[in-house]
Amino acid sequence: MNGDEACCEGALSAGCRFFAGYPITPATEIAESMSRRLPQLGGIFIQMEDEIASMAAILGASWGGVKSMTSTSGPGFSLMMENIGLGICTETPCVVCNVQRAGPSTGLPTSVGQGDVMQARWGSHGHYEIIVLAPASPQQMFDMTIRAFNLSEYYRLPVLILADEVVGHMNERVIIPREDEIEIINRRKPSVAREDYLPYEADTDGIAPMANCGDGYRIHVTGLTHDDRGYPAMNAAAQEQMIARLVDKIRNNREKIISTKNLYLDDAEIVVVSYGISARSAMQAVRNARDEGIKAGLIVLETIWPFPEELIRSVAPGAKAMIMAEINGGQLVLELERCACGACPVSLVSNFGGAIIHPNLILNAISKAAKGSI
Amino acid sequence: MDSLLRTERIPHIWCPGCGIGTVFSAVISAIKNTGWDPNSIAMVSGIGCTGRMAGYIRLDSFHTTHGRAIPFATGLKLARPQTKVVVVSGDGDLFAIGGNHFIHAARRNMDMTVICVNNLNYGMTGGQQAPSTPLGAKTTTSVNGAPEEPFNFSYLASACGATYVARWTAMQVRSLRSSISEALEKRGFSFVEVITPCPSSFGRRNRMGSALEMLKFYQGRSVIRGDIDPKDASMDIDKEIVVGKFVDIERPTFLDHYEKFNHPQMPQWRSLHADSQKAR
Repeated sequence: MNGDEACCEGALSAGCRFFAGYPITPATEIAESMSRRLPQLGGIFIQMEDEIASMAAILGASWGGVKSMTSTSGPGFSLMMENIGLGICTETPCVVCNVQRAGPSTGLPTSVGQGDVMQARWGSHGHYEIIVLAPASPQQMFDMTIRAFNLSEYYRLPVLILADEVVGHMNERVIIPREDEIEIINRRKPSVAREDYLPYEADTDGIAPMANCGDGYRIHVTGLTHDDRGYPAMNAAAQEQMIARLVDKIRNNREKIISTKNLYLDDAEIVVVSYGISARSAMQAVRNARDEGIKAGLIVLETIWPFPEELIRSVAPGAKAMIMAEINGGQLVLELERCACGACPVSLVSNFGGAIIHPNLILNAISKAAKGSI
Repeated sequence: MDSLLRTERIPHIWCPGCGIGTVFSAVISAIKNTGWDPNSIAMVSGIGCTGRMAGYIRLDSFHTTHGRAIPFATGLKLARPQTKVVVVSGDGDLFAIGGNHFIHAARRNMDMTVICVNNLNYGMTGGQQAPSTPLGAKTTTSVNGAPEEPFNFSYLASACGATYVARWTAMQVRSLRSSISEALEKRGFSFVEVITPCPSSFGRRNRMGSALEMLKFYQGRSVIRGDIDPKDASMDIDKEIVVGKFVDIERPTFLDHYEKFNHPQMPQWRSLHADSQKAR
C-alpha cells in the first residue's frame, strides 16, 4: 500500500474513530481511505468546508472522547495553525498529518518538499513546545501514526506527522501487526471525586488527567490563559504558570519522546543528519561512502521536534564534519548548527523542492568533507 | 437557576445594560424547562462578548477560537451524538469570520442549536463595523457611516436549510425563552437570533440613549409576523424589525443520512451511537 493508506491504517489501529478533512494533494488518499474505512469500524468521516473547520472539528471530537485526526498539505497546514494553538493551549489530544509538498503558496502541489519544518515548530502564535514525527516509508507512516496517537493521548497535545509527497505516494510492503501486538496508550482519566476535580491540575509528571465532555465533570475549556480550574486568568503570573507547564511536560520528557536511528556512528568522521524521504537518499550515500572507505555515519531523525540536541552535542566534537540533507533552502540545518555549536563544520545538501535529493549529491558532500574541504 | 451558573465566576465582564445577560438567562431557563440531565448538554462559543457565555454556565462548556464554534461543535456532536450541543456567539463571530461554517452546518443539517446575540457591532473590541451593522451606522471603523449593507441572518439561516429559525428582540423575553426551548427540542440545525442593545458602543456612537431606551426602540420597531416568508423578514432598525418564528420544518440530519448510506457496511455503527437519535 502507499504511505497515505498506511497512515490511515495506522490511525485506525491506534483507535482513531473520527476524521475531518478537506481534499488536498498529496494528502487526499488519507481522507479517501478514511472515508472508506471508518464507517466499517463504526466511526465518523466528515469532509469539512475547509482546513480551519477540519482542525476545529477534530478538537471537538477529541473532547467528545473519540480519538481524532486530520490530514493536509502545505496550504491547508497554514490554515490549521490557529486551531493547532487552541489544541496546545487546551491540551487536546489529536493528530495532524501534513504530507508536505513544495511551497510557498500553491507551489508544486504534486511534488515533494520538506519546507514546513519550521512552520510545524513555530507556526501557531505564542510560545509552546510541540512533537513532530517524520516518517521515511509507508511502514513508518503506519508505525508513526500509531506513535503519534500514543504521544498525543499521553502528553495531551496535537501531535504532527510531517510526511512528504514521495513517502505518501510510494507503494511498499507494510506489515500490520496483530492487534494484541500494538501498544496503545489512552488519555489519563480523572481519579478524584467530581467535586474535587480540577481540569488543569497536573500530576507530578506535569500531565493533567482529562475528563471528556459528558463524563459529568462539567468542565470549562478555553483558549484564554487559564488556571487549574480551566477558568480564564488574565494576568502575567497565570500565563507564566500555564506556559511553563505546557513547555515542561514536553521538555522534561525529551528522552522518552525523541527517537533517532543511528547508523555507523561509532567510528564516523562525517555524520549526515536527515529525515523523511531525504534520509533514504542519505542512507544510500552513507553506504556508498563506506564502500569507498570513508568513515561516514548517519542520524535519521524520526522525531524532528523536540530536536535531539543532546545527541548532536555528543557527536559533533568527534566528527570532522556534519551534513544536513533536506528538501528546503536550509531549515533544520540551522538547528544542527546551533547544537553542533562550532565543534565541527556543518554543511547543507538541499534543493528547494520538486524532486528528491540524489544520493550522489550527498556522497559528493561526504567526499569533500572527508578531504577537509567543506 | 444557580445550579446552572458558575457562581464563583461572577461578577461577569459584560457592561451595564448589555443585552447578553437577558439572553443568557433565557438560555438557562429554557435549558431548565427541557428537564434534561445537564451532563448531557454542552455549550460551545466563539470569541467576543457573547463568547464569554460559555464561561459562566455550569455545563461542559467550550470557549474556542474566533469564528470556529460551529465546526468545533460539529466534531463534538458527531463524537457524542447523545449530547445536545448548543452554540452561542455574536453576529461578528458567527457571520463574518465564521460565516462559511454557519452556511455549511445549516446545509448539512448538523443537529445543534445556534443562538446569535446580534448587537449590530463588535462589542469586545470597542465597537467596530460588523456584517450586521446597518447601512450608514457609525462605528469606530465607519465613523462617517457604514458603507456596507448588512446580512439578514434569519433569512440566510433559512436559505441554508435550518430546520428552525426565529428572531426576537431582547425585550420580548417570554417569546425568546419559548423559541429557545423549541429550538433546543428541535432535531437538526435550529437558529435563534436576538437583537440586543450594546449601549456602550453601538448605542453611544449612534446616539440611541440608555440601554432601556435602546430596548424600547428595538421593541418599538419590531413587528411580529410568524407567517412571513423569511426573505421578507426585514431586519432594518430604521424601518421595521420583523420578529417571530419563521421556519419550523423537519429534515433528515447529517447523521440520519450518514447512517442510511453507510449502515450496510457498518454493523457496529449502532452500538457506538446507540442513543444518537433518541439523544438526551
